[in-house]
Amino acid sequence: MELLHIKDISVTVEGKQILSNIDLSIGKGKVFVLFGPNGSGKSTLMKSIVGISGYNIISGDIIFEGRSLLNLSIDERAKFGIAMMFQHPPKVRGVKLSQLARMLCNDKKKIEKYIELLNLGYLFDRDLNVDFSGGEMKRAELLQIILMRPKLILLDEPESGVDIENISIMGKVLDEYLKESGASCFVISHTGYIIEYVKATDGCLMLDGNLYCVGNPYKLFETIKEYGYEKCKECDIRHA
Amino acid sequence: MHEELNNLSEKDLLDAGIDLKERQRSATFVQIDEKPSLFRTMFEGIELLPTEDAIKKYPRFEQYIGKAFSAINKDFPRDTKGGFFLLVKKGANVVFPIQVCLFLKKKSFSQKIHNVILVEEGATAYVINGCTSDKASKDSLHVGVSEYYVEKGGYLNFTMIHSWTEEVSVQPKSVALVEEGGVFVSNYVCLKPVREIVMYPSCVLNGRGSRASFSSIILGHKGSLQDIGSRVVFRAEETSAEILSRTVSMGGRIIARGHLKAQCPSVKAHLECQGLIVSEKGSIHAIPELETDYRDVDMSHEAAIGKISKEEIEYLASRGIDENTARSVIIRGFMDTDILGLPEELRMQIEGLKEKLTDSSM
Repeated sequence: MELLHIKDISVTVEGKQILSNIDLSIGKGKVFVLFGPNGSGKSTLMKSIVGISGYNIISGDIIFEGRSLLNLSIDERAKFGIAMMFQHPPKVRGVKLSQLARMLCNDKKKIEKYIELLNLGYLFDRDLNVDFSGGEMKRAELLQIILMRPKLILLDEPESGVDIENISIMGKVLDEYLKESGASCFVISHTGYIIEYVKATDGCLMLDGNLYCVGNPYKLFETIKEYGYEKCKECDIRHA
Repeated sequence: MHEELNNLSEKDLLDAGIDLKERQRSATFVQIDEKPSLFRTMFEGIELLPTEDAIKKYPRFEQYIGKAFSAINKDFPRDTKGGFFLLVKKGANVVFPIQVCLFLKKKSFSQKIHNVILVEEGATAYVINGCTSDKASKDSLHVGVSEYYVEKGGYLNFTMIHSWTEEVSVQPKSVALVEEGGVFVSNYVCLKPVREIVMYPSCVLNGRGSRASFSSIILGHKGSLQDIGSRVVFRAEETSAEILSRTVSMGGRIIARGHLKAQCPSVKAHLECQGLIVSEKGSIHAIPELETDYRDVDMSHEAAIGKISKEEIEYLASRGIDENTARSVIIRGFMDTDILGLPEELRMQIEGLKEKLTDSSM
């Protein structure tokens, strides 16, 4: 069953075309990994799904559970079940992590559980992302996402700036949530660490705003490690 | 309870931090228009009286009238009527706040009062000064002339909550004198609409090692003018001070002033004005000033004015929070009560008021 269908979309940012005719779909309960070098358009694709301003979809459509997302506001998309972990979340002074957590979830016990699991107790009464380290920011992001109980989680480089120990903590929490909820996950990864903790089902490579090589994410990652991104352009093997 | 007080709205008073049930309060003073209507103390370490009565009872207090003003060569207005005199006796540690309420009820009335707070050696006190007015008090004026004295090793935490109505003009004039090792903490909160407030309270750090801190949270509604500043004059070594303000204009005009003036070396001071303009029609003018006659000082200031960042709104929206709610959450966060040194109960009360006022104006 299909959850999200990115249907032949092209996206411009400040008048410059970043994505050309991207078409991919993510099934229910799947973990789809998007590889690719910096600047290839991966984050643009995620932000387009969420509806962040400045990312203009000039053609194509994004279908979530059979409905087009294009005319929906950011919060409406979130209410439909889409949650994104930002790569660089903004600092929100005066708004505490605890305050936001309570806005997202009424269940005190659940909040406490994830605070504990993600080791966020000491950050709970701090202003959101203010003076947070890379790892603290990602753990706080994951807390918010899990509390939203989404159907689709978008992770924009969950490993960046995070040490191995924290990746392991996050991986476990994420994996448990995906198993228990049946949600899908769309991950941008450079290092591939995250797929050691979360069982990835599909993978794909993005280069210069185009997709290459859809298939088994583990084999795909091995190939990238061995031959580099550019080789993938020439190769037409499908890692089924 | 005095019968005149029965006509006051308890809720309005609570918005100004005044609790007539006197839960967790050490003393109460209420003045309606020109008349002190209620004054009593529940704690033996303090005396709280109308200023005129206090001078009659303790002639030695006469020396405090106008003393703080003359310390900075400021004209002292002698034509006041009413006001309170608070004495916190030597060594007294007053845990629960002392509340004073100045209420404007009459139309086209000029309330001109003189308040004195004397914190004697080693004493500690928290004061909540709630100023509020009745809807009927159109075109009225409140002039509060206040002098605060913190003696050696004393501590005064003074919170002023302005909770006026749209058609009232307000001109508080206050000077604090702080002696050796003394601390003066001033918190100022003004969230409700008002026609005009002009104030520039000063604090003189007279004794070695004394300290002052001014923090203000100001919300400017459409049609209002708030010209509000804080000044600290350093006259002794090893003194320090901090002035912080958070101003939000939802259409009103705000002038946020701050002045740190070192008249001796070995001074440490910081001034921070942060402003947020929410409405197209709002205006904020930040005027931070640093002044020294000596080289051996450490003084800094930071001023920033801006609008709510779109990135922050979209970030909260991506969590399923609608744009208007996201906006008011950010504005409330900006008016951070953590910058104030408030007792917890009062802080919660101000949080509630903030929520009500930002939501209603969104």
